[in-house]
Amino acid sequence: MLATERLTKHFGGVKAVQAVDLAVGEREILGLIGPNGSGKSTIVNLVTGVFPPTAGRVRFRDRDITGLAPHRVLAAGIGRTFQNIRLFGSLTVWQNLWVAAPPRGHDGGPRLARWLSGDRVRLRAIEATLDSCRLLEKKDELARNLGFGEQRRLELARVLAAEPALLLLDEPAAGMNAAEIEDLRQRILALRERGKTIVLIEHHMELVMGVADRVAVLNFGEKIAEGPPAAVQESERVREAYLGTRRDRSRRA
Amino acid sequence: MEFYWSLLTLFGFRILLGLSAYVVLLTGQISMAQAGFYAIGAYTAGAASAIWGWPIVPAIVFGALVGGVFGFLVGFPALRVRGLFLVIATLAFTEIVRMVFLNLKYTIRAGDRTIGPSGAEGFRGITHYFQNGWSSLQIVAFTWAFVLLVLALFWLVDRSRAGAVLRAVGEDELAASSVGISLTAVKVSAMTAGGFVAGLAGALYAHYATYVSQEDFGVLLATFAIAYALIGGTGSVLGPIAGVLFFSLLIDGLRFLGDWRNLLFGVLIILMMNLRPHGIVDVGLVRRLQRLRSPRRTAHARD
Repeated sequence: MLATERLTKHFGGVKAVQAVDLAVGEREILGLIGPNGSGKSTIVNLVTGVFPPTAGRVRFRDRDITGLAPHRVLAAGIGRTFQNIRLFGSLTVWQNLWVAAPPRGHDGGPRLARWLSGDRVRLRAIEATLDSCRLLEKKDELARNLGFGEQRRLELARVLAAEPALLLLDEPAAGMNAAEIEDLRQRILALRERGKTIVLIEHHMELVMGVADRVAVLNFGEKIAEGPPAAVQESERVREAYLGTRRDRSRRA
Repeated sequence: MEFYWSLLTLFGFRILLGLSAYVVLLTGQISMAQAGFYAIGAYTAGAASAIWGWPIVPAIVFGALVGGVFGFLVGFPALRVRGLFLVIATLAFTEIVRMVFLNLKYTIRAGDRTIGPSGAEGFRGITHYFQNGWSSLQIVAFTWAFVLLVLALFWLVDRSRAGAVLRAVGEDELAASSVGISLTAVKVSAMTAGGFVAGLAGALYAHYATYVSQEDFGVLLATFAIAYALIGGTGSVLGPIAGVLFFSLLIDGLRFLGDWRNLLFGVLIILMMNLRPHGIVDVGLVRRLQRLRSPRRTAHARD
């Protein structure tokens, strides 16, 4: 579904991402792990068009999307969240979802008719998304007044409102406690049940190893391992680079 | 009474100018180009009515439209710069406009009078109101018909999804584009609307003043445009109105202080920015007002 081909990004002399090949299949959950600065977020930014790659291509559903502007990447069907939450703080919770691009052709009919009818289908879809993220009671709060966990859920809800087929989640568990992480785990699995494809970038090993079908490991901008979670965990190279020699899997939680 | 009518008319121009900066400011762009659009509106509408003999309404609308076209044109290069660089770039635009009008000679003779822009001497003879014997009250009503129309339009946009989209872009461009908002479309549209409204303000001003000169359309006017919106607050369209009232009361209300006025003026602005850093009408105030109006359910546009 999504494939990067020898994706490369240099910032001046820094080789942030070096010829990385990744492939994600329909309804798959790919875990992307690696130490800080290994290029994980850079890959998200390259795929979503925040900046263009130095070399390499990004393909999505047999279409070359390399270098498209972020809003076009979203229109193609790829949504993302941010490592550091980026909400529209002065808008209400509800408005945060409202501004997300309406999925194309979600209820057919000419634009004008949809506008005149108040676009009811769309409004109901937004409420349903808020409900599923347990934010419906907060819908008229300003986003900046939400608690941390609620802000994380709102960011996910906002991108879901645009109904992308593929989600890039950039460290969604950062700063969460155990209960919130369990909640997130179930949410991710539920999204896959609904047909979403997910790339999960995460430091929290237990979460990644628990939900991912496959895991790819980055170190210094290069992919050093890929495979089922169990196999990757056993790989000497990976343990050296990232997990350390200790058996403590959740050291970064 | 005459004095109050003309004050009210002046408020109209200032509110329009403030609104033109407001819509651009919502998208996070600080533009000094509003003075340039204002000048363009003044000169083109003046030419349309005084030189080409157009009826007044088409002449005013023409001035606004030309302002909008220039807003559109400025919008694209403005995409490439932000913050202070955008301030400098848009200020350069305003200065270019001023220099063009400083050198523009396009006059006709009407009896013993010269009508039209005549270089450094400015543009004389935009006398439609006076030739038709309009009273001060009529001029107020005519001006405010446009002001209220624009206010109503902006009010509606603010409540619609478009309003939320403008604010989303102003708040976080990366997040906005990542949820599918085209920054180009939004920022250029805002600049176009800003150019249109500033052009409208200039067109109305030219007919009120009967004489305009490029030197009135410089840095000071551009700064006031931004100040109306910033000090007034960008929480709602009431912000620029509050900003205009604040500044107008200071400018005209403190005259009795003589030279001390400018000092106090500066002090009050600094005080204001400390007391209400997001302007008089900020998002918090808007929400409190909404709660007063509908205590059970605070409003977003529709349910």
